[in-house]
Amino acid sequence: MSKFKKVLAGALAGVMAVGALAGCSDSGNKTSTSPSTTTSTSDETKTDTAKGFYDDVDTKDVKSIYFLNFKPESADKYKAIADKYKEETGIEVRIETAASGEYEKKLTSEMAKTDPPTIFQINGPVGYQNWKEYCADVSGSKLYDLVADKSLAVKDGDGVYGIPYVVEGYGIIYNNAIMTKYFATEGAKAASMDEINSFAKLKEVVEDMTAKKEELGIDGVFGSTSLKTGDDWRWQTHLMDLPLYYEFGADGNAIVNCFDAKELEFKYAENYQNIFDLYTNNSVTEKNLLGGKTVSDSMAEFADEKCAMIQNGSWAWGDIEKGGKVKAEDVKYLPIYTGAEGEEKQGLCIGTENYFAINSEVDEATQKASMDFLVWLFTSDYGKKAVVDDLGFVTPFTSFGENEKPSNPLAVELLAWSDKAASGDVKSVDWAFLGIPSEKWKSDFGAALLEYVQGQKDWTKVVDDAKTSWATERAAS
Amino acid sequence: MEKAIKKWFPLFALPTLVAFVIAFLVPFIMGLYLSLCKFKTVKKTEFVGIDNYIKAFSQDNDFLNALWFTTKFTIVSVVTINLIAFIFAMLLTKAIKGTNVFRTIFFMPNLIGGIVLGYIWSMIINGVLYYFGATITTDANYGFWGLVILMNWQQVGYMMIIYISGIQNISPDLIEAAEIDGANAWERLIHVTLPQIMPSITICLFLTLTNSFKLFDQNYALTSGAPGNKTQMLALDIYNTFYGRVGYQGVGQAKAVVFFVIVAAIALTQLYLTRSKEVEN
Repeated sequence: MSKFKKVLAGALAGVMAVGALAGCSDSGNKTSTSPSTTTSTSDETKTDTAKGFYDDVDTKDVKSIYFLNFKPESADKYKAIADKYKEETGIEVRIETAASGEYEKKLTSEMAKTDPPTIFQINGPVGYQNWKEYCADVSGSKLYDLVADKSLAVKDGDGVYGIPYVVEGYGIIYNNAIMTKYFATEGAKAASMDEINSFAKLKEVVEDMTAKKEELGIDGVFGSTSLKTGDDWRWQTHLMDLPLYYEFGADGNAIVNCFDAKELEFKYAENYQNIFDLYTNNSVTEKNLLGGKTVSDSMAEFADEKCAMIQNGSWAWGDIEKGGKVKAEDVKYLPIYTGAEGEEKQGLCIGTENYFAINSEVDEATQKASMDFLVWLFTSDYGKKAVVDDLGFVTPFTSFGENEKPSNPLAVELLAWSDKAASGDVKSVDWAFLGIPSEKWKSDFGAALLEYVQGQKDWTKVVDDAKTSWATERAAS
Repeated sequence: MEKAIKKWFPLFALPTLVAFVIAFLVPFIMGLYLSLCKFKTVKKTEFVGIDNYIKAFSQDNDFLNALWFTTKFTIVSVVTINLIAFIFAMLLTKAIKGTNVFRTIFFMPNLIGGIVLGYIWSMIINGVLYYFGATITTDANYGFWGLVILMNWQQVGYMMIIYISGIQNISPDLIEAAEIDGANAWERLIHVTLPQIMPSITICLFLTLTNSFKLFDQNYALTSGAPGNKTQMLALDIYNTFYGRVGYQGVGQAKAVVFFVIVAAIALTQLYLTRSKEVEN
């Protein structure tokens, strides 16, 4: 009988849950004049926006909100922030974290539940396309108001549906100690990093370094080009950004143009091949073994000083720090040069694929409470400190002062490069890859790269397949 | 007694029935319906008819390639697993010292989860291939045989236990009678042992056939379909279709329905064929 009871209890609980949900959506329509319970410290500085974000809705009935976190490395830190928020406001913030690479899957299943995430993340225009029906228009919100560069946000018509919350950048990370050692060798092809500002020069230096690798004490110039399925995003997405940027970015709207492109010309395929070949020919690992390598493997090689350079971004500091061998002051960035025209002025690839979206399917009070949490996180003193010190984000928000920036070397370098870009010395490369039609395109391209490295596929075939796949994937979505 | 059973039958059957309806029937019918829809989450659906089924077969060759790869894999692994398991069972029912220890050891791999096994074996295989300057993703054939080895390692012990129980159930009288009639070891195996363990063979074939056909974890962890989706089996292809493309959930669902029909058809045919060969004890 106990089984029967359990099933009965389950069924009853289910019915109750449905009832509770119905109750929730009712309460959203009630308007009340009592003041909002939010304790955001900067309420007094509230600016008058035309639309607002449910400003007159009362959130006092909201018991909890649910944030589906994208960054596994920050999971514990978000939990601490949530505890603090509950202490201050009494609203419970439920934090769930999806495993690396599993966010879309987790979100799909969580969204179908009766208690869906109220704050979730989309990865740009393609993610928005996928979750359109669930994204609330946040154009009137305080958080959007704080975004310094409004062009970063995900927009559709007049509405704003995704607010960027962290600015990231990637390039070739190099170990300055090893480079200095190289510059001191006899017949070095360059005297300092400043001289390396084009693919031709980079190639010359790298090939000379490979010849002298024993003298330099490294196994190869570049860390392994990790091509294991699921670990190939540095190549099929990030490196692919450069040809996409040069193909679509002529008028400064690389992301939009790329997203709108029905077809890929792959005009800069040769440039992609240049740099990709350079990586694999001068790698720690020989070509046939790259299919078994993961990102962690190659980061460990860099942290262990087995290689001098590695392509990765600002999120990789944790991995390098763990290795403990490389000194923080030796970690620097070099832009990814591919041999494109005018690349002497090219900067790092700077952008974001992390956008907050508010679930439009939950009731208004919960939507507002969710937004209140985000505003608190990025404006209150405690929140800002946590964002900078614990989460280590370089944010796009104006609420952060000059001295409120993360201090890890990759973040510092990123800020230095974006300052250079702001002053016009270099031009940052936009994240055009946000407009790649689908995950399938990326995984197919990654698989093709692996076959190319293993000598099973011609480069021309790789390029042709990428073009065909682009057209079909774009048409399908 | 009879009456009491009749009277209480609905009550006792109810928990299972409710569980069956909630956990099986409802999702199954929903699944069938969803395969005819364009949807993102199961709450918001838009009916599109058989469009998804057309796309499943026409969009690219992935599904058919996966079907072919799965078929090849299933044939090879069903034969090897059952053959090896049967040989082990024959050996371990002889009066050898320590048979119980061997039985336990052979059975143990079956207790480890598929994902873990996949990663362990990808390390082992890559470790060996490393000396030849290759990895498991170098060639689709490596992936294929890697999967076969992995499945054998995992399943042989389990099937062996089933065969052992079958062999132990054969009455010694039958064997003795055959011996007296002058049958040699081979004839005893073919004409006495095999017909007697037909029920075990039915179960083992059924299990290995469906397990191989529905394989997902091991495939996902060992090769993930690399190189170039060439070692992708049906379940993995469905998974990738469902999650890898914007707006393709319905197509993934349609593939899953086709997959279900194939698995059901194979399993039923096989059950019918082997059942008819079973003999009464």
